[in-house]
Amino acid sequence: MMAKAFRIHPDDNVAVLLDDCAPGPVAVLGAGGVAETCATAAIKSGHKVALVGIEAGRPIVKYGQRIGHATQPIEPGQWVHLHNCASDYDERSATLDGRTGAPTDTRYE
Amino acid sequence: MSNAVATWQGYLRADGRKGIRNLALVIYTVECAQHVAHAIAAGEPDTHVLGFSGCYDNAYAIRLMLALARHPNVGAVLSVGLGCEYTQPERISEAVRKSGRPAEGFFIQDAGGTGRSIAKGKAALACLRAQAQAEARRVPMGLADLTVGCECGGSDGTSGLAGNPVVGALADLLVDAGGRAVFEETVELIGLREVLLARAASDAVRAELAAAYDKAVEYCRSVRQYSASPGNFAGGLTTIEEKSLGALAKSGARPIQGVLRVAEPPRGPGLWLLDSVPDPHFMQFGYTNPNDSEGIMDLMAAGAQVVLFVTGRGSVIGSPIAPLLKITGNAQTFRRMQEDMDFDASRVLTGERTLEQAAGELRDLVARVAAGQPSKPESLGHREYFIMYKHQDPPSRAAGCRD
Repeated sequence: MMAKAFRIHPDDNVAVLLDDCAPGPVAVLGAGGVAETCATAAIKSGHKVALVGIEAGRPIVKYGQRIGHATQPIEPGQWVHLHNCASDYDERSATLDGRTGAPTDTRYE
Repeated sequence: MSNAVATWQGYLRADGRKGIRNLALVIYTVECAQHVAHAIAAGEPDTHVLGFSGCYDNAYAIRLMLALARHPNVGAVLSVGLGCEYTQPERISEAVRKSGRPAEGFFIQDAGGTGRSIAKGKAALACLRAQAQAEARRVPMGLADLTVGCECGGSDGTSGLAGNPVVGALADLLVDAGGRAVFEETVELIGLREVLLARAASDAVRAELAAAYDKAVEYCRSVRQYSASPGNFAGGLTTIEEKSLGALAKSGARPIQGVLRVAEPPRGPGLWLLDSVPDPHFMQFGYTNPNDSEGIMDLMAAGAQVVLFVTGRGSVIGSPIAPLLKITGNAQTFRRMQEDMDFDASRVLTGERTLEQAAGELRDLVARVAAGQPSKPESLGHREYFIMYKHQDPPSRAAGCRD
C-alpha cells in the first residue's frame, strides 16, 4: 500500500508522513493542490517531505505558517529536517544529531 | 457522540470549589525529610506525597505548594520537615487549616528520628484522613465545575495533527459548557505572536498575551535553550516554531480570557493561558519547563482537577493530586505502550473518527474519571512531581508565607 502524507494547509510547502515511507510515490492527503509526491529517500512517520522545490533562505511553511527557513536548496520529495531546515529563533537545534535529535555540543568528560 | 449531560458526585470544599477525589497529602519541606514523608504515606490509601528539596525557602515554591495543598481534590494535609530548613511545616498547616481542611505538621528532629517520625506521621495521618472522610460533603458536579489542564510532552509529528487538536476540541466543549480550560507552555508559542494575539478576548487580554509572549522569547534567548527535546526532533519536529504550532492546537479555538501566573486560579470561566516562565530576578533559576511534571504541577496549582497530557512519543508519567489522562495521536505509540495510554487520538488520522467524535469520547472519559474511574497512570501508581526554585513576581492577591 502506498505510504500516506498529510498536508495541513493549502499554503504548506511540506506534508507530514503518516506512515514510514520508502523512496518512491507517496499519496498526499489533506489540503488540496498536490495529490502525490515522490520521496527521494526513506522518511519516517511524523517527519516532513517537501512538496515543491524550496530555495535556500526561503520559508518552510506548515499549518499555513512559517516554521523556519531552508538552509540549502530543497528538491520536491526530499526529507525536510535539521539538515536542510533551521528555526528563525533556536540556534542550538542546528547542532543536534539529525536522526536521533541527541545533542552533540555537550561534553561528557 | 452522546449528548447526555455528564454529572457525577464530587466533594464540596469550604471555598466553594469542587473536587473529584478526597485525598490526603503529605508534604515534605526539605530533601532531608523526603524518605520519612514517603515512608509515612507508604501503604496508606488515597495518600499522595510531594515536597520541595531546598533548605533555603523560595516564595514561588511556597505559593505553589500551598495552592496544591488547598487543591479541590485534597481533603487533609500533613507537613513534615527535618527541623533545620527555612520552609516551616507549621506555617503550611496553619494556611491549610484556614482553608477549612484538617492539617498537622512536625519536625523529624523533634519527633526523635526516622522510626518515631514515621510512627507519629502515620498516627497523625490516620486522624486527618478520618476527619477528612467525616467532613466530606458530597455534591453533584458537572463539566461547568471542572477546570481541565492541557499539557503536551514527548511531542512528535502526530501531536499537532491529532493529539493536540482532539484535546483542543475537548477544551472547546468544556468552555461551551461553562467550565474552565487552562493551557500552558508560553515557551511553546515561539514564532506565533500574531496568531496568539488574535485569540485575545479583549484589548486588555491582548496586552497580557503580548507581555507573556515577549517574556518567553527573551527568556529562551537568554538561557539559549528552547523548549524542544531530542525526542521531539527524532519524532519529526524540526523547529520550535513547528512544535509551537502543534502545541497551540491543544488550546482549541475559543477566545483566551487572560494570562495566569503559577498558583493563580482562573478568574472566571473560559480558556486561560498559564505563564510559568520566570520573571527577571537577580538570581536566574535554570530553565523554564525543565520537564513535563513541572508543567503538570503548575496546571494543578491553577485548580485543574484533571490534566490532559498529549504525548506522541509516549510518556509513562502520572501525577499526585489530579488524575492525569494520557492521549496519543501516534497509532504505533498507542499499540506499543497501551498500558500507559488512556486515549487513542490517532483514529482521527485514519478516518475512523471525526475530530468532534473523538472529542466527545474524550469528554465522556473525563467524566468517568471525574466520577472515580482510575486513569491509567493512577492504576499504575505513577505520581511524579517536581517543585523547583524559581522567581515569579507574585500574583497581587498573595505573596506567599513571608507576609
